[in-house]
Amino acid sequence: MNKNIIDKIWDAHIVKQNPEHPAILAIDFCLVHEVTSAQAFDTLRHKSLPVLDTTKLLATVDHSIPTRKNRHEIFDQMAKAQVQKLRDNTAEFEVPFYDMDSSHQGIVHVVGPELGITQPGMTIVCGDSHTATHGAFGALAFGIGTSTVGHVFASGCLLMNKPKVMKVEFNGKFQAGVSAKDAIMKLIAQIGIGGANGHVIEYTGSALTDMSMEARMTLCNMSIECGAVAGLIAPDNITYDYLKTKQYAPKENWNKAVDYWNSLKSDTGCYYDHEILIDVSQLKPMVSWGTNPQQAIEIDQVIPKSSDDMTKNALDYVQLSAGDKLMNTDLDWAFVGSCTNGRIEDLRITASILKDRKIASNMTFYIVPGSEQVMKQAADEGLINIINQSGAEFRMPGCSMCLGMNDDKVPAGKRCISSTNRNFVGRQGTGSITHLASPATVAASAIAGKIVSANQYFCANGDIK
Amino acid sequence: MKAVKHITGTAIPMNINDIDTDIIIPAQYLTSTSQSGYGEHAFARLKTNPDFVLNQDKYQQAPILLTGSNFGCGSSREHAIWAIQELGIKAIIAPSFADIFANNAKKNGLLLIQQPDEVMSQLILQTTISEVNIAIDIQSQTIQAKNTTSKFELDEFFKHCLINGLDELDYLMSNIEKIKDFKNQQKNRTLFI
Repeated sequence: MNKNIIDKIWDAHIVKQNPEHPAILAIDFCLVHEVTSAQAFDTLRHKSLPVLDTTKLLATVDHSIPTRKNRHEIFDQMAKAQVQKLRDNTAEFEVPFYDMDSSHQGIVHVVGPELGITQPGMTIVCGDSHTATHGAFGALAFGIGTSTVGHVFASGCLLMNKPKVMKVEFNGKFQAGVSAKDAIMKLIAQIGIGGANGHVIEYTGSALTDMSMEARMTLCNMSIECGAVAGLIAPDNITYDYLKTKQYAPKENWNKAVDYWNSLKSDTGCYYDHEILIDVSQLKPMVSWGTNPQQAIEIDQVIPKSSDDMTKNALDYVQLSAGDKLMNTDLDWAFVGSCTNGRIEDLRITASILKDRKIASNMTFYIVPGSEQVMKQAADEGLINIINQSGAEFRMPGCSMCLGMNDDKVPAGKRCISSTNRNFVGRQGTGSITHLASPATVAASAIAGKIVSANQYFCANGDIK
Repeated sequence: MKAVKHITGTAIPMNINDIDTDIIIPAQYLTSTSQSGYGEHAFARLKTNPDFVLNQDKYQQAPILLTGSNFGCGSSREHAIWAIQELGIKAIIAPSFADIFANNAKKNGLLLIQQPDEVMSQLILQTTISEVNIAIDIQSQTIQAKNTTSKFELDEFFKHCLINGLDELDYLMSNIEKIKDFKNQQKNRTLFI
């Protein structure tokens, strides 16, 4: 039978499949952070169980921590206790832990790939819905709740029914200044925030063939925003080139591993439950207007008219009207960072646009690297200086303003353009208004002080002027 | 997990689609390391509206929530389930649920029931006009509201766990030797880390 890549990975991880039962699915790696792990460690204590294999776990702190220079001092007592709890739990259960200033602290979904932990064909989980990021390497990676985190700690497995599979084919060549972020936002706007519920997405198509790993991670990262269990891309030479030099990558078994990884590609004529084609060649930069990621348009379009309550409530909240253009909407804040767009390539694009320019005087612009490694590289490449000279603020690694659960919040009533993944009501802080966009659009808009396209900064060949 | 066979009581009509987990429990309340204490912040942003359904006395501790499609979309935070359960809610009836939310619900014995749009509209209409008691029987997979009875689908394994109060982790651990063998065979064949 012809199999797609998800069938192949799924079949290679079935420990047991009884009829009428969910499968016992082997999980190869579990990433851990402070927000969704404490109660899972409590479960182990309660049931007197050890972690099955501590070498298949890796913990770091990202969500609750400050991104100030003196971030070790956490003023929020609950957050401070939560971070300490992870330190205590990882020490007690002997789980590898990258604390602040360990050189590998960062957002779990940035750290895993840069260490080479994320490899093709693996099953990877984390108590975090953006775990699909790792799908960029051809891994089946998905978010789970804290109870399931406990199951994986103790048994290295979880119970799951096989998801359906959707193929999304992005064809064509991106216009200058349009990127993977715009492509995934287009998909979500097209199929809706529940459009891929129950499915794993395989992304394919000519638009992906020369796409960097960083961009592929952005694409897979937002799979959950259309409801998908996970999203992945079959591994190729770009994947292997990225992976080969990484710390956890196979060394003596490299060739054997590549042979296996190549065998994972979807067979010709394999079955998909659903197929979607998107031509990116005419795609413009995408910006969200409402309070969920489906409510997004191309930057030169107007907010669509709709009589439903959801649209009305969203427009009331964001203080915009149907028929309004997003272009030239005044902004107060800008943010580049997060597991969606906090990698080195995102910082390079941002810094290239900011170079020798100043952000608008009324704007506050936080730029937050996804990890200590990204920060180091940004420093080595001179990006931090460029960013700070523009009036934007380069900060320490973490989830930062992506979600309002650390010190970095957009104040109530303020409007932020953000390279993140969710524009839910209050997501960046109570009363905050979020417009999702690519790092290029965010940087250009921060300079203008209003929502604008970055295309003036790009040459026709895609290079930045 | 506590065994559950029947759920009966007042139904809360919350006719909103795509309620996300940031609405159910905003991120600022996730710094707790406990499994309780989230109920008072459940739906915090909707509760600022005095007319919001959960601000009404008659719905306090009501066990059944009727809501819109794609309920629980967004993050994987299980805190959303814990917050809802602390309100006294034991079952949610909706046209559809987000996947991670649905998985988390199973682990905590929160019953999610999918019903087609026409049944949902009828239920929402009835419960909005007057207070309605709904009786859910898990064994026969039926919902009774006023004079109408409807069936619902339920995963056999979950049904078994729910009726008998069984924990998935215990089931996994009963297979631990098989799991260890499987993992040993994976090394350097399909897994290279």
